[in-house]
Amino acid sequence: MTMAISPTISPEIERHRTFDVDRIRNDFPILDRSVNGHPLVYLDNAATSQKPTTVINALTDYYQEYNSNIHRGVHHLSQKATDAYEDSRSKIGQFINAEKSQEIIFVRGTTEAINLVAQSFGRKNFAMGDEVLITALEHHSNIVPWQMICEEKGAKLVVVPMTDEGDLDLDAYRRLLSQKTKIVAITHVSNALGTINPIKEMIAMAHSKGIPVLVDGAQAVPHMVVDVRDLECDFYAFSGHKMYGPTGIGVLYGRKRLLESMPPYQGGGDMIKSVSFEKTIYNDIPHKFEAGTPNISGGIALGVAVEYLCSLDRASIGEYESSLLDYATAQLSSIHGVAIIGKSKNKASVLSFVLESVHPHDIGTILDMEGIAIRTGHHCAQPIMARLGISATARASFAMYNTFQEVDALVRGMYKVIEVFKQ
Amino acid sequence: MNELQTLYQDVILDHNKSPRNFRVMTDATNVVDGYNPLCGDHYKIYLKVEDDVVKEVAFQGSGCAISKASASLMSVIMKGKTKAEAEELFNKFHLLVTGELNPEANSEELGRLVAFAGVSEFPARVKCAILAWHTVHSALQGRTESISTE
Repeated sequence: MTMAISPTISPEIERHRTFDVDRIRNDFPILDRSVNGHPLVYLDNAATSQKPTTVINALTDYYQEYNSNIHRGVHHLSQKATDAYEDSRSKIGQFINAEKSQEIIFVRGTTEAINLVAQSFGRKNFAMGDEVLITALEHHSNIVPWQMICEEKGAKLVVVPMTDEGDLDLDAYRRLLSQKTKIVAITHVSNALGTINPIKEMIAMAHSKGIPVLVDGAQAVPHMVVDVRDLECDFYAFSGHKMYGPTGIGVLYGRKRLLESMPPYQGGGDMIKSVSFEKTIYNDIPHKFEAGTPNISGGIALGVAVEYLCSLDRASIGEYESSLLDYATAQLSSIHGVAIIGKSKNKASVLSFVLESVHPHDIGTILDMEGIAIRTGHHCAQPIMARLGISATARASFAMYNTFQEVDALVRGMYKVIEVFKQ
Repeated sequence: MNELQTLYQDVILDHNKSPRNFRVMTDATNVVDGYNPLCGDHYKIYLKVEDDVVKEVAFQGSGCAISKASASLMSVIMKGKTKAEAEELFNKFHLLVTGELNPEANSEELGRLVAFAGVSEFPARVKCAILAWHTVHSALQGRTESISTE
């Protein structure tokens, strides 16, 4: 069968072809496997990334060498586990340039981090008639927790609109920031369209009116250097499993002053200083927000994922990923009937698209038979789909271990899809 | 491409491209919505039932090739069936797409529906194939609320 792989490769792309992606691929054992008789082409990184050997080993190492509970044992293993867990917290704090490691709260993931802020900060600070300002680009996890608390408090959820290209309307944003706004919650990078929002500017605009800002960084942290002090955000939430760490562990960064002013999210062990039936004295941050035995192995392994990322040249990774996205955008756009969904000039690692007369699910199944893993559907962002008047897209999302050859495989896969549906 | 050909049979591709009875029915006796929230597939199914016989089936909506072809073929095959026969067919189809019914041994009853036997090899797509059927099943039981596959 003939293929229309464009022969025009810019010198820029050619330069990145020499990026040592093989060395990175060697660190991820799963990339060697095959699926349905083809080498795995994993392009579902926005859903979850694969894990390097060091992270996988950190998990087994904990269970084989020093499994025990933390913050309470006097014995050797408990001390070792506590040290490893708290070391990891410090590493993560440095990774995002938090001022203090106490500002790092371990949670299950971005979703739990946002729920924590909604239920704790929101319950304390929202009242009837107040507003929570989110954007049209949010994942359900940055919509529903706010809806829940707004309903409880009689507050209103207000949404910053977006353009057809998938960029936020900043003029509208400026207008919507008001005395009633109690918090702004925005995604750093859209999981459905890949848009990188100008969050530093948006945070400054909110702060000029004294409004705190929560940033959903789930799709940003794996792809760019995040500095919470440079951004001046008040809360920053992200998940371990999208940044080469394990599932079930994530982080809520919050400014110390804010976290200290907030009531606990859940009650239980570890979050207390003393308990009697009459009164309980809560522990200091971060422990105040970490009730119960946490995901110890996950917390430790997330620290290892952070170390792994820091051992790489992150600037060149960013450039490489960006050239991969440009190449994939150009190649897919050249296929007759394909339309790219989300055309912001600032995008990261996400390529959503549709093919004329073929539903994304059928694309997903046919690509899977070629060993190519993509996501299809609404990407937990139904309001975006509704705004664009579509029910679903196919989404290829890239990580630093993906290659230009894998993009070519995706393009060949798309020609298979067209062949199946050609009649 | 073997497995794919098993899933995307010509009958399925044909009904996807040119769905039969794809229209609004103004004199329907039962109208029920069927959703698959996971993928956003959504169909509105219209039935005209008289004297316990399904006189006509029509549908509207959107979804993947499997769900659309399944709704289309169902609308053709259900026509003229008694309620009891329709229920029996629903059960058979359910067993077929979940791999619990031998298509060869039941080919006479199943007719063109045999084309959906391959779905059982694709567990993620079973819900697509069964969506319209579940919706009709509920409608025949007199329910009017939306049907969800979740």
